[in-house]
Amino acid sequence: MGNKIVRVQELAPRTRLFEIEAPHIAQRGKAGQFVILRVSDDGERVPLTLANRDPGKGTITLVFQEVGKTTEMLGRLQVGQEIHDLAGPLGKPTEIPTGKTVVCVGGGIGNAVVWPQVQALKEAGNRCIAILGARTKELLILEEEVRALADQTIITTDDGSYGRKGMVTHALTDLIEGGEKVDEVITIGPVVMMKFVCRATQPFGIPTQASLNPIMVDGTGMCGACRVTVGGQTRFACVEGPEFDGHQVDFDELITRLAYYQPEERASLDSYHRCRLEAAADRLQNP
Amino acid sequence: MSDESPKPKKVLNKSKVKTPMREQEAAARIFNFEEVPLGYNEQEATQEALRCIDCKDKPCVAGCPVGIDIPAFLKLVGDKDFEGALRKIKEKNFLPAICGRVCPQEDQCEMVCTLNRPDKGREAGGIGRVERFLGDYAMEHNLTITPTVAPATGKRVAIIGSGPAGLTAASDLAQKGHAVTVFEALHKPGGVLFYGIPQFRLPKEILMREVEGLRDMGVEFVMNYPVGKAESLDSVRERFDVVFVSTGAGLPWFLGIPGENLNGVYSANEFLTRVNLMGGYKFPDGADTPVKKIKRIAVIGAGNTAMDSARTAKRLQPEVVYLVYRRSRLEMPARVEEIHHAEQEGVEFNLLHSPLEIVNDGKGAVGAIRCQEMELGEPDASGRRKPVAIEGKVREFAVDTVVIAIGQGPNPLLTADCPELARDPKKGTILINDVMQTSLPNVFAGGDIVTGGATVILAMGQGRVAADAMHRYLMTGDPRDPFAQAGGSGVCPNLT
Repeated sequence: MGNKIVRVQELAPRTRLFEIEAPHIAQRGKAGQFVILRVSDDGERVPLTLANRDPGKGTITLVFQEVGKTTEMLGRLQVGQEIHDLAGPLGKPTEIPTGKTVVCVGGGIGNAVVWPQVQALKEAGNRCIAILGARTKELLILEEEVRALADQTIITTDDGSYGRKGMVTHALTDLIEGGEKVDEVITIGPVVMMKFVCRATQPFGIPTQASLNPIMVDGTGMCGACRVTVGGQTRFACVEGPEFDGHQVDFDELITRLAYYQPEERASLDSYHRCRLEAAADRLQNP
Repeated sequence: MSDESPKPKKVLNKSKVKTPMREQEAAARIFNFEEVPLGYNEQEATQEALRCIDCKDKPCVAGCPVGIDIPAFLKLVGDKDFEGALRKIKEKNFLPAICGRVCPQEDQCEMVCTLNRPDKGREAGGIGRVERFLGDYAMEHNLTITPTVAPATGKRVAIIGSGPAGLTAASDLAQKGHAVTVFEALHKPGGVLFYGIPQFRLPKEILMREVEGLRDMGVEFVMNYPVGKAESLDSVRERFDVVFVSTGAGLPWFLGIPGENLNGVYSANEFLTRVNLMGGYKFPDGADTPVKKIKRIAVIGAGNTAMDSARTAKRLQPEVVYLVYRRSRLEMPARVEEIHHAEQEGVEFNLLHSPLEIVNDGKGAVGAIRCQEMELGEPDASGRRKPVAIEGKVREFAVDTVVIAIGQGPNPLLTADCPELARDPKKGTILINDVMQTSLPNVFAGGDIVTGGATVILAMGQGRVAADAMHRYLMTGDPRDPFAQAGGSGVCPNLT
């Protein structure tokens, strides 16, 4: 109860950061874990990986992109309003090594999770290089926050509007081939990106953790919607993950499973837009 | 009936069979999520209550996992004292509207009923039906029968998980004057009563009302709070004097056959959660969680959850619902009534079929399910005749959805975070002693987290036994009843 939004920041078009009062999640949550939230009493349960937390203040930070009905509704909430339901922290935290050189590779909204990962890695005495990818400059988020913590930060954009032009995988491969002794890679972002990051590190035998984002319903190990194949075994991302050995993950299956509800997601969003339009028309006609 | 007599003598109803209960017609009900049995009216309930012969031994009371004084409440119903009857039930069971619907009475109170003589063509008293009537009567007449709460003891109790075991323990302990807080990981209370049991078997409004009754007794509910994650069990143990773990079942089992991760394959838990807890049948305008438009669906398994899944599927208007089970009708674990309802509604049973593979439609989704035809051989370790493959007989069913309802393991959320809580190394269930105490002295456990998967009423029975032991533990430091006979009360039922 009472998960009040205390700060809203627009990081990029349709991408927002919320700081939310949630003392127990702030206290117990660790990098790599997620929360499940709902925005209304008919709402779906949506998992979001923790961006950051402030145990002293009792707040957590979530970053989300408005891609469907729930995230659009979430995006309309203002400072002072409450999240209808918020549960967490769920899943296992990122495994943080000590005294290693670790490269964190993020893409898009995933960069929000690189932020606490870099922080945790630095606190544990690692050398940490961050590679942040975005489609274009204006979609790049949290660069300053990550730069302030990481030993080195590399930016890539698909269109070359900022940083290095190209994919994060190119930057990663160049880094490794350029002689940087990389002990471990942690990656979070679009599934296709993670797939290619894992493919890039495999020939070098660099252990690579990928943070998976399958569809979830309860998020507590009860339904199995989030099952993924890792090393030929079915695993539940919500309780056994969300991070797995990326070299063992069946990314193609994950891509197929993520697409299953796309027609329904579109229908839901369309219906929501229609309702809002009708309500707006109503207001115009009956001011 | 004699109008001239000033005090009509109560006449026992000598009917050999139960007063029939009106049902929604199968043809109509597969188009809605409304309840199927419509329940008794006052007259039918009275008539059925009057079938009780008030026998000396009262085997029904012993047959009830929560020990309701059944003859006493039936007598009150016979006298049309419905409020008194409710009061009588609520002494032992605060959820009559739920139990009257979901208890397997035919295996419990009604099985041992003296009237029950199939050889003489005589049916047991319709105890469950009358109980349900009373629960509904209370609701319709807005009767709030809050049990008397004892003076506050100053002791604090945490209940982890708000399913049937947790709700029962919460009620009992609150009644005894303890301050009870119930923690629930999901956003609605009730556990399996909410996410698992479909609306047409247990309307959610009834559940919510029973939960309100607990709030009236002073029980505090904390939703969205997965203990083990949001807070460690150790921390909860420090904040509270005693803890009851009733986190229920979790991790659904899959068959381990090829194709199980194809799109369109669901665990029964996921399928039922999407429809029940998330209201997916109202998608997209009444709920945001989608359920796919299903054309042809196969449900694997033959327990109550399989029946719930098949009957839920039927209401989503597919062309066909298959039930696939590798044994025969005789071995089906579901309640007879549920099997009957499923058949009435047009679920097609394919018994003695064992799934071999779920076939890809070429686009990563379910196209068909291939099954091996079986026949019954010698009895196996469970005493049931073992299904044996009939060589060369393989059948393929064209389907777009498969629901796997073959059971589940215990919920991993709390136990994974608390290695010092002793568990069964194989099953992962929490180990308890004869008074339902775990390896941690102020932690008790009951329900599916202990049994691995049983019925609602068994979980409630365990909630009751644990509450007794926890009360003694709180008041004396010893959970055992010094006056209990060996094997008598205080020993938890059906832990095998």
